[in-house]
Amino acid sequence: MDLKDLYRDVIVDHNRHPRNFGRLDPADAHADGHNPLCGDRLTVYVNLDGERISEAKFEGNGCAISVASASLLTEAVKGKSRAQVRELFDEVHAVLTQHDANVDVSRLGKLAALSGVREFPARVKCASLCWHTLNAALDRATAPVTTE
Amino acid sequence: MSAAIVSSRPRSVDFDVARIRRDFPILDQQVNGKPLVFLDSAASSQRPRTVIEAIDHYYEHDHANVHRGVYTLSQRATDAYEGARETIRGFINARSTREIIYVRGTTEAINLVAQSYARPKLRPGDEILISALEHHANIVPWQLVCEQTGAQLKVIPISQTGEVDFAAFERLIGPRTRLLALAHVSNALGTIVPVERFIARAKEHKVPVLLDGAQAVPHSVVDVQALDCDFYCFSGHKMLGPTGIGVLYGRESLLEAMPPWQGGGDMILTVTFEKTTYNQLPWKFEAGTPHIAGAIGLGAAIRYLQGIGMERIAAYGHELLEYATARLACIPGLRIIGTAPQKAAVVSFTMAGIHPHDIGTILDTEGVAVRTGHHCAMPVMDFFEVPATARASLSFYNTFEEIDRLVAALEHARQLLG
Repeated sequence: MDLKDLYRDVIVDHNRHPRNFGRLDPADAHADGHNPLCGDRLTVYVNLDGERISEAKFEGNGCAISVASASLLTEAVKGKSRAQVRELFDEVHAVLTQHDANVDVSRLGKLAALSGVREFPARVKCASLCWHTLNAALDRATAPVTTE
Repeated sequence: MSAAIVSSRPRSVDFDVARIRRDFPILDQQVNGKPLVFLDSAASSQRPRTVIEAIDHYYEHDHANVHRGVYTLSQRATDAYEGARETIRGFINARSTREIIYVRGTTEAINLVAQSYARPKLRPGDEILISALEHHANIVPWQLVCEQTGAQLKVIPISQTGEVDFAAFERLIGPRTRLLALAHVSNALGTIVPVERFIARAKEHKVPVLLDGAQAVPHSVVDVQALDCDFYCFSGHKMLGPTGIGVLYGRESLLEAMPPWQGGGDMILTVTFEKTTYNQLPWKFEAGTPHIAGAIGLGAAIRYLQGIGMERIAAYGHELLEYATARLACIPGLRIIGTAPQKAAVVSFTMAGIHPHDIGTILDTEGVAVRTGHHCAMPVMDFFEVPATARASLSFYNTFEEIDRLVAALEHARQLLG
């Protein structure tokens, strides 16, 4: 296990300076995510233009992996349709959990920096919390979601 | 690390920790290429070889069900199982083995008291008193019994240092208080609660007292008669024993008056479909085939602790705590949560800009195992307005050098993420 594989420069940068951090008001949809085991709490906000996400922001606090993952997510999903977001989530999830993931990592852009997480199974849910929360927001769910 | 700090390390001449460490096979290993530094004994301690061998010996030579057969193996198993009960009695200075109930652990002990002692007594408007230091095992069983009976849970607040507010306790205890349930030592902060004061005042109000001793028994001398508490709960696995075994000490007169908690074999004398008569103490509360090997392992663990001496263990633990506190306090941005004047060897902390979960992962790559999270004490985290902490908990098999390794690993975390 190499720490530099987990805390890559992109992750450290997005943890120190999270992008799209803050409340989106008004927002077309938002959802709360909570990881009770480590205390991570996130709220993800989205504005939609038809089927497309026109804007995404998040706030909350958590570990470096969960904050960086949320920050990267807000950048990655902007302009994407619901179907594209779902596809992207499947690919990110595969990269997070499978060594032999059949995913073209180059298509993931900066999100590829999360691939080191799979060497640290206890941290996978830190990286995936924001994605579950975004899905809940897109489903217009308001109940808190959990990765437990 | 400066030479001045190294030379200021206290040296326990009469505490041969190197020799003690050789008794713990698990400590002698590399984790992620580094020698293991195990600093999570408050969650679960490690076991000396004598405990592992006692369990092996039982399964290899003596196993049969207890209290049943007339054959030799069953008698041997029964003798070992009941012999361990006598060892436990002596260890906490209970009057009689009738007061020593085997349970799965502290959690089950508290649930037993909540359901068998408190539930039949509680009426709507009655009160159970706990403190804001408690971990979930000393909160949720009382919430359940309050829901069942209409009683209320009252919480004694804590101070910013992590001490239970005695003046607030005096205001909260009253004619409706039916039980005071207190941690003897806080798992999340390390606070040693001056329970003697609380017990004395509770006695004036004729309020029985339950102590959660899970974190006290492994590191200090506990005498239930001197404490004059009514119930005392602890777990085997935090004091070098096996998981799945623990103890409820109860004052005999209270246990006698309590109905059984679970029904089944071993807790009965006679059974007909019309009427069952219950076994006497302590077996009235031990339905079904018990964790025989666990009890025997716990007995071996206590004999090991007694061989070293609880006073010496407590004194060495205090030296480790002082050293760890001083060293950690020098790390920029590190905040120690829980600064009561009397503490067990637990240091809970946060670091500016670094989430405890990241601390845990970074330390693990250095071979250093600490607990990170809410320590099953979410209300304590809420009080200090932190989502979680990192916690180094020290046992008598830890060394000053291991604390140095912790400090170096934390410096590494600071360089990486701070």
